[in-house]
Amino acid sequence: MRYIPNSPDERAEMLQQIGVSSMENLFDSIPADLRLRRSLNVPDALSELELLKKFDTTATRNPAANRISFLGAGAYAHYVPTIVDHLISRSEFFTSYTPYQPEISQGTLQAIFEFQTLVCQLTGMDIANASMYDGSTAMAEAVLMAERVTRRTKVLASSAIHPEYLDVAHTYVQHAGIELQHCAYSPEAGTTSHDLSNLDEKTAALVIQSPNFFGCIEDVQALADKAHAVGALLIVVVTEAMSFGLLKSPGACGADIVVAEGQSFGVPLSFGGPYVGLFATREKYARQIPGRLVGEAFDTKGRRGFVLTLATREQHIRREKATSNICTNEGLIALASTVYLETMGPRGIEAVATQCAQKAHYAARKVSEIEGFSLPFSAPFFNEFVVRAPADASTLLKKLANEKGIDGGIALARYDANRPNDFLVCVTETNTREQIDNLIDGLKYLTTKTQRHEAA
Amino acid sequence: MANVPDNLHYSKDHEWVRVDDGTAIIGITDHAQEQLGDVVYVELPKPGESFAAHESFGSVESVKAVSEIFTPISGEIAEVNDSLNDEPEKVNKDPYGDGWMIKVKMSSPGEVDSLLTAAEYEDFTKAEE
Amino acid sequence: MITKVTTHISPNERLIFERSQPGRMGFSLPPLDVDEAPLDEIIPREFQRDDKLAGMPEVTEVDVIRHFTRISTWNYSIDQGMYPLGSCTMKYNSRLNEKVARIAGFANLHPLSSEEEAQGALEVIYELQQHLAEITGLPGISLQPAAGAHGEMTGIMIIRAFIDARDGKEKSAQRRTMLIPDSAHGTNPASAHLSGFTVKTIKSTAEGLTDLDHLRELCAHGDVAGLMLTNPNTLGLFERNIREICDIVHDAGGLVYMDGANMNALVGVARPGDMGVDVIHLNLHKTFSTPHGGGGPGSGPCCCTKELEPFLPVPRIVAQTSVSDDETDNHRLKSGPLRLDFDYPQSIGRVKAFFGNYGMMLRALAYILTHGRDGLREATEAAVLNARYIANALVSDYDKPFASDPMHEVVFTDKRQARKGAHTLDIAKRLIDYGFHPMTIYFPLIVSGAMLIEPTESVGRLELDQFIDAMRAIAQEALEDPELLLNAPHSTRIGRLDEATAARKPVLRWKPKESHSTAAQS
Repeated sequence: MRYIPNSPDERAEMLQQIGVSSMENLFDSIPADLRLRRSLNVPDALSELELLKKFDTTATRNPAANRISFLGAGAYAHYVPTIVDHLISRSEFFTSYTPYQPEISQGTLQAIFEFQTLVCQLTGMDIANASMYDGSTAMAEAVLMAERVTRRTKVLASSAIHPEYLDVAHTYVQHAGIELQHCAYSPEAGTTSHDLSNLDEKTAALVIQSPNFFGCIEDVQALADKAHAVGALLIVVVTEAMSFGLLKSPGACGADIVVAEGQSFGVPLSFGGPYVGLFATREKYARQIPGRLVGEAFDTKGRRGFVLTLATREQHIRREKATSNICTNEGLIALASTVYLETMGPRGIEAVATQCAQKAHYAARKVSEIEGFSLPFSAPFFNEFVVRAPADASTLLKKLANEKGIDGGIALARYDANRPNDFLVCVTETNTREQIDNLIDGLKYLTTKTQRHEAA
Repeated sequence: MANVPDNLHYSKDHEWVRVDDGTAIIGITDHAQEQLGDVVYVELPKPGESFAAHESFGSVESVKAVSEIFTPISGEIAEVNDSLNDEPEKVNKDPYGDGWMIKVKMSSPGEVDSLLTAAEYEDFTKAEE
Repeated sequence: MITKVTTHISPNERLIFERSQPGRMGFSLPPLDVDEAPLDEIIPREFQRDDKLAGMPEVTEVDVIRHFTRISTWNYSIDQGMYPLGSCTMKYNSRLNEKVARIAGFANLHPLSSEEEAQGALEVIYELQQHLAEITGLPGISLQPAAGAHGEMTGIMIIRAFIDARDGKEKSAQRRTMLIPDSAHGTNPASAHLSGFTVKTIKSTAEGLTDLDHLRELCAHGDVAGLMLTNPNTLGLFERNIREICDIVHDAGGLVYMDGANMNALVGVARPGDMGVDVIHLNLHKTFSTPHGGGGPGSGPCCCTKELEPFLPVPRIVAQTSVSDDETDNHRLKSGPLRLDFDYPQSIGRVKAFFGNYGMMLRALAYILTHGRDGLREATEAAVLNARYIANALVSDYDKPFASDPMHEVVFTDKRQARKGAHTLDIAKRLIDYGFHPMTIYFPLIVSGAMLIEPTESVGRLELDQFIDAMRAIAQEALEDPELLLNAPHSTRIGRLDEATAARKPVLRWKPKESHSTAAQS
């Protein structure tokens, strides 16, 4: 087996040297009745050629990967500059371990320190950790942290948050003694209702997403004020991180904890993972934050370096009283985001975010001009918006994909049976005017065709 | 050899108590700070909070370890050494003086009698090793 | 004599923010091709960012390349050589796996694509599930957890859900104790806590194995929901009484969770499912070679018995018709399209958005198929052989606290060296000068001054011998010149860092210098 450096002969020699008669004897400490008497029922080894052929063929059964796409809802198609993959593919970055020995891990540690800084700058917060698994688990951990900080057990989460994120939060809190309640969104505006009757002194945190699942921008400052008035924290969740390039940061609007999905920053869609969770908060909560933290440090000669710090919050020291059980996080993905953000810089992020917004608003204007189509929500949006079709959205989108080769959006019926005709459209800088115009033409064609058929 | 001043009371959790007219001043012993290493953070309660004897009132952290600290006597927190926020190293440098942690208004002054004397504490730490 | 490395000049590089110059840019973007609306009309002014993203670095593409290339040279990595980190399984990260993960048909696939149009992606998940079920002997699988600790949390929540369902809420409230060995990894108690359990610690015997008497004692109270153990344990020893351990816990009404971090000693040789274990998690970034990436991404599949299947996270990836179970080389995995099934009313719920760390699943499947049935077993044998080889060689110079033959990892202590003042930390730091990444230190906690060494199968004899020679030389230095160890490493860019000050006054981000604009300045 070519990944094993010692040849079978060399291994036989080593066995002899240590006085073990055969490979089988290496496992003498395993009772005989527990040892497998047959080989594993998995395929025989494939050569490189065969393996690649197999995966290439399998990949052809993902026609959705090559289609023009307007899919968002927590995963976004942005352009990734070529150098990102090149840099994260350097051996020293991707085959290295967690930087527990700082003297020989300064590359990783410095990169994380830069990542933490960038996350603070984008979110408008004081401190950020070295990453969580993704946006959804980061949100769940933020909820747990709010309980630790306030010692209150009720948490209010907006129903305008991504449904999968809400599901994950419910899983995390089910045995944590936390009651997770939902608060409604306005059916006209599409944003969280400000009539928060169950926000009171028993509430640890109010959790909102902005832009929310429907793409609508929430009034974060107003909601922060409401939460703070009862001594609760405001947790802001962001799924489309590119929105940080154009929208006021949650930190500047009074957020206490900001969590986000960082996938928009230099990370491929890859059918849902690996992604990267961003987690940022105020300085006063530094000892309650989950996850790893990298800090600046100096050696005896006064040379500046970086080191994992405040480790006493973590599982390997505080064990069951740890701020989280997280160990391995998303190091390499965080690095990809760091390279991306540093390559794009502030003007680049601004430019991409602006193009996303302009293109999305162009698309929205054009869609609303199609007969029978409307935009049900009135709140301002960034690059995602809900469209109401004159017919069943799932059927329409399927036809659009099959006949026009366009993935026009995500049917909301997937998450809410009460919205059969609604679908969520996302536009990024990668969508050209031609693609958008084709989307519009496709929707127009398919709905008038249906009407013509129905009339006949 | 760790320092064990005579005029103090000690607990088996390595805290010391100095009684000053109904108020108990509490900290961790020289032995404890030696075991911990460089103290980087001390988590302390707020004035007004009450604790029963042997209840944990906070924790002390070094770089690689964290230890809970237990009050040897019952009472209400009168004062907390806030200077430890900025200078936690005081616990290492002067555990019986500047490194004091809390001042407690004792609810049962008789409790100090069940604590260890300096000699008893010294024997106790020797036995632990 | 240090033979593996020679000191070489290495580039200095400051923070990117310190490289930044206003006006530099490194991106390219096509011009806007749609009708531009005034920004204030599409995004209300009060919602717009007004800080111009101040502080973010402005650099060119060349700056970025130089910056990251330079700092990368400061890292040790697997490609450079052996990482003897116990319980981390630092094996070769195949480039072929990287190529597979980047195939456009996978890399560009949106997770919310329709099932019909993502069958290829679902096939990968399904196939990996089948192989992991075979490897572990446990038929129920979820690939959703994103890391080992996440998989642990999932597994313990499954135990909790099973007991709640079996006993009813009232009775199950009596069963809130999770037994965890004193040698366990810290994620174990942390994960137990997340499921609302309190932890009780089980002692190890002088031999380093679970103390069966203590286990029986703890199980006698009727409050035990389960036992979490690692097998081989964190001392590298196989729990030969595992069947009896499982029986004791089962008889007491509890379940057994196995931490699969040490599967590299078992693949193709023995299966947790055959041992009586109810649920385990795997680390794809350990046993299945997906890259550590400086701290992730990982992937922590959760595998369980048929009885526990109803509690697995949703969605599950299922085939329309059943699997053909033939033993011939043409291993048929499914017939009919794959779909997402959410209809599991007893499921613990979702543990992550979408499907898990999909990119790592691709890599792990490629790993399994590249090794094949024979290669997988061969890797396990080579891993255990390498560890045994080191154990055999170092026993003359280092104190080995447990007499039993270790499996894929071996633990030593600093007992002999400490007499002259050099401790485990110092030995580890001195090993850096010899060109190696240190082994795992001070874990497991039950061994004072522990040094846990796991070479994996990816190390050749020459390097194993170099490691052994280095450790022997250091043992000698510890006796003759302990200062060399106490101040080590001597050859790196920076020496030991003052971690205490870093923790007292944490500086966790770069900040721009204050602008000099106070009245006092003029």
